[in-house]
Amino acid sequence: MNPRRQKRLYTALVLVSGLAITIGLVLYALKENIDLFYTPNEIVNGKKETGIKPQIGQRLRIGGMVVEGSVKRLGNDLNVQFELADAQSKQNITIVYDGILPDLFREGQGIVANGYLRTPTQVEAFEVLAKHDEEYMPPDLAEAMKGIKHVKPENNPALAKPDASGAY
Amino acid sequence: MFKWLHPYAKPEKAYLLSLSIFKYLMPVAIIGLFVGSLWGLMFAPADYQQGDSFRIMYIHVPAAIWSMGVYMSMGIAGFCALVWQIRLMELSVIAMAPIGAVFTSIALFTGALWGKPMWGAWWVWDARLTSELILLFLYLGVFALFHSFDDKRYGAKAACILSVIGMINVPIIHYSVEWWNTLHQGASITKFDKPSIAGEMLWPLLINIFACMLFFMALTAYRFATEVLRSESHRKWVLQINK
Repeated sequence: MNPRRQKRLYTALVLVSGLAITIGLVLYALKENIDLFYTPNEIVNGKKETGIKPQIGQRLRIGGMVVEGSVKRLGNDLNVQFELADAQSKQNITIVYDGILPDLFREGQGIVANGYLRTPTQVEAFEVLAKHDEEYMPPDLAEAMKGIKHVKPENNPALAKPDASGAY
Repeated sequence: MFKWLHPYAKPEKAYLLSLSIFKYLMPVAIIGLFVGSLWGLMFAPADYQQGDSFRIMYIHVPAAIWSMGVYMSMGIAGFCALVWQIRLMELSVIAMAPIGAVFTSIALFTGALWGKPMWGAWWVWDARLTSELILLFLYLGVFALFHSFDDKRYGAKAACILSVIGMINVPIIHYSVEWWNTLHQGASITKFDKPSIAGEMLWPLLINIFACMLFFMALTAYRFATEVLRSESHRKWVLQINK
């Protein structure tokens, strides 16, 4: 390789790697802000690295699994209340919501709710979004694998491990 | 090592080669897209959770994968153009930019159509969606830079620099669903693991992804040939072809 090309090659490589490091550090510094949501565990115990807890009245997003059997209608209107949990959380977070739930909303499904923290464990949501996972399969296969319609095995109380009950 | 490539640095050779690439790849790509889409949209079984709505995946996933793949090849071409000062490489960068921009737009648009019924929102500012939107702006930036200088070589150089720098965004898009909490689900097939899609749903998707790649290659070859002709329009060989 002739010296001019070599010089250009090194210049380009140094520029790109320098920029990559810069952007990497910026993204690392902004980690909390890029996360779309808090998990129930993070609301109770704070973010993993920084331990920052959300404050009462703060607007936030929370993402977690809808606890089986926790969905309650509070009357004849759209008002609904349910609990969210994640794998690490000991304490479930209650969501109060007055609006239309997405089609994919069901017990055991992951959701993301957008709202205000009212008490340390209660969020008043104004938007509920369903989060689906990356698994796709036909219904008969899902049924054969799980024995029950529309519920993944780890969310099926009949198949769940006894010690995992309550928070899965 | 790359001696055998040297004849193709001649515009005339490169032009003829890319035209024949277009001629052979385009029919295969179209047949592949037709078979894959028909199979996916009509015959693949519905999903256990999302029903028929998941079928938009057969458009969304290939477009999204190649929006990143096109950017990588564009960035690598831009890098080679800068380091080795190959003019034809600069032309290939500008040949790829609009194609990638269209793939990105398709991915964003079908993603919005998919998001509304499934998630409940057209758009969410989560890391995956936002970084894909930035990718669209990068493509548009490369295209705009190329055409914003009176001196074509300056424009090409600026476009190449942006295409190289923008490559940093591609791994960010791919790993955004792992590094941060996002509404977008994780990867189903582009991972070092068993695909999390049932076989009878996976095959049409793989066909479409492969056909999309061929489609991209064919379109790039055609646009590249056009760019070569345009930049060489005063040369003797072009005039001879036109006769």
